[in-house]
Amino acid sequence: MKINTTRILLAAAMTAFTTTMASATTLEDVRAAGQLKCGIHEGLAGFAAPDANGKWQGLDVDICRAVASSVFGNSEAVEYIPVTGATRFSALASGEIDMLARTTTWTFSRDTDLKTEFVGVNFYDGQGFMVPASLGISSALELDGTTVCVNTGTTTELNLAEYFRANGMSYEPVPLETGAEAQQQFLSGSCDVFTGDASGLAANRATFPNPDEYVVLPEIISKEPLGPAVRHGDSEWEDIVRWSLNALITAEELGVTSENVEELASSVNKNAEINRLLGTEGDLGAMLGVEADWAKTIIMSVGNYGEVFERHVGVNTPIGLERGVNALWTQGGLLYSPPFR
Amino acid sequence: MLAAQALKRVFMSTIEPSRKRGFRLGQLVYDTRYRSKSIQVIAAIVILVSFWWLGSNIVGNLAALGKDFNLAFLGAPAGYDINQTLIPYDNRMSHGRAAVVGILNTLLVSFLGCIAATVIGILVGVLRLSDNWVINRLAAVYVEAFRSIPLLLWIVSIFAILSEAMPQPRDFRGDDATASMQLFDSVAVTARGVYVPRVAFTNSLSGNEAVIPRENLAAVASGSADWAIIVATIAVGLVVSLGIKAFVDRKQIMTGQRPVTWYWLAAVLILPVLVALYVLGATVVQPYLKGFNFTDGIFIRKSLFALWLALSLYTGAFIAEIVRGGIQSVGKGQREAAAALGLQSNRIMQLVILPQALRVIIPPLISNYLSLAKNSSLALAVGYMDVRATLGGITINQTGRELEGMLLLGLFYLFLSLLISGIINLYNRSKQLKER
Repeated sequence: MKINTTRILLAAAMTAFTTTMASATTLEDVRAAGQLKCGIHEGLAGFAAPDANGKWQGLDVDICRAVASSVFGNSEAVEYIPVTGATRFSALASGEIDMLARTTTWTFSRDTDLKTEFVGVNFYDGQGFMVPASLGISSALELDGTTVCVNTGTTTELNLAEYFRANGMSYEPVPLETGAEAQQQFLSGSCDVFTGDASGLAANRATFPNPDEYVVLPEIISKEPLGPAVRHGDSEWEDIVRWSLNALITAEELGVTSENVEELASSVNKNAEINRLLGTEGDLGAMLGVEADWAKTIIMSVGNYGEVFERHVGVNTPIGLERGVNALWTQGGLLYSPPFR
Repeated sequence: MLAAQALKRVFMSTIEPSRKRGFRLGQLVYDTRYRSKSIQVIAAIVILVSFWWLGSNIVGNLAALGKDFNLAFLGAPAGYDINQTLIPYDNRMSHGRAAVVGILNTLLVSFLGCIAATVIGILVGVLRLSDNWVINRLAAVYVEAFRSIPLLLWIVSIFAILSEAMPQPRDFRGDDATASMQLFDSVAVTARGVYVPRVAFTNSLSGNEAVIPRENLAAVASGSADWAIIVATIAVGLVVSLGIKAFVDRKQIMTGQRPVTWYWLAAVLILPVLVALYVLGATVVQPYLKGFNFTDGIFIRKSLFALWLALSLYTGAFIAEIVRGGIQSVGKGQREAAAALGLQSNRIMQLVILPQALRVIIPPLISNYLSLAKNSSLALAVGYMDVRATLGGITINQTGRELEGMLLLGLFYLFLSLLISGIINLYNRSKQLKER
């Protein structure tokens, strides 16, 4: 009987051990690991895609780099973990990744029921449709009876169902697990229509052999506020990610760029918010639990939001998106950061 | 045997007195009578404790994440569409219903796959034993190619080949169409799947409203009532033909003569079905191009076709080896003895070799059917909406109920596997040597 007692004690000890493991904060875990585990898209030009040197580039990737800059003062201390649309929330919940920046739509049920915490919006998107120009379709209302390729496990799939139902149209869904497969099916002609976030469609179209043969229809059928997310229940970590994003937006609003940040940080500016942002006045960094020059590091390594946007998806990139609703609130867009005070 | 029993009796009588001296704790370990029991008890406790530990770990970690264990999501509206539905379904129906649609899709592809894999396996297994060098080498190449390359690669490559090589519906359109329909314009093979004609009835009993499928055709409908009648007619025909076979067997045993019966069988099996079809007014409705796509007829989706083909070819390669091994396990003397009795080679195979080989073939065959059913969960790779894609994919993703979804999925596959092995074990029992 002695053996059994030992086994039970061992099991009890192991249970206690696992419980202790789970209670460390995310910030401590990240610091202990020496790098940020950031969940990104498995390959979407402009948002997260490896460049010619195999280095991940994109709007979402820069959010990861901004957070790494806040925590470590080093934008390269990131381990990028590509997650699919279907696995991203489990990856976040299980602690496989510390934060999720993967063109993820902020919805009510994801925020509440899935126990993810969205910290803000880094891209305002909406769902659209792309068709071959040869079909001669000019409106989404002419899509009755079509075969539609859709990335499975996304809000796209639900919006699609609702839109066709609301307009009394029928369609044949072809669900595919990755964007690459969906794209291949669309290009081979097995689907008439490819649906997804409008920015993603533009990004995909840019990579097609003959982009001119495809058109993105004008209808936007949904609101897709894409934002970084963290696990529910760790507000300290949530604050770091939220204010790293806000620092990018505020920097653009205050005219702080990667070029002038060094200069602005070395002198006292008339605009006190610039001083607070760059850590030369007040102690915002300490309140957040990071270095005083955290925001300066972010802007030095990735630039402000405007620079990030123009570098990855702006009009001078193959994707060629206008700022549109993603402009600052002062320029008629929706981007708005609470004040740094 | 007798000697062993005698020895045992002697042995028992020598240890008998020790039991009377009372029970000591040490006997649990050193006494062979108790040792096996104490090992079993310890093992049972260890297993129970591990389960308890796993369970409490799950509950504890879920609580830490602020999640509960709840199956109520199955009743909530699914909100997504499924392309291939064997029962009526739309996106306002529940996640539970979507799971059932997925389950039926899994069952469909597994069933079709098992049949095709068996046919391919038996054929290739026999061909591998052929004396013709070219044929047996070809069969060997097939077996090695399919069982050496991962199934997922076969599924994806067959799917990709179908996507690229087959014409799109738009290629069938217009005066300068580059593709045309096969078999008197009745079958359209496209990169989206195969459209084949369906049978509908002008005098349908289903109560569905009859619709005119195309211009210049009579209004038709079809429903379960019609098909029930046809299936019932076939079933009655089969029962009667079994009766005929029993009668003929008896006659052969009594007289040594086997009466010629094929025209009886034809009359019993085929004629009633033809009459039923005529009375119901069976009509063939052909698919035709309308709008973006072909419409009407039966649509066999590319995803189903690619998955079915890959599963059948892959599992068929394994079954071929089992069949070959089974046939080779029957001693050469059996064949020679049967030949000496004057039996022809196909009768030797049918009456002598196969009945003995089946005993060797069936048990490993079960494992292969199980693999096929479970491998069908790779369906999502080609967008086939099986239960892994509906319940285990979209539903989990939309509701965030990974644990519940995965447990249900696991239970389903467990049940399916037990069902398949149960059914084939029944068949196996009928083929085993019966000792009387």
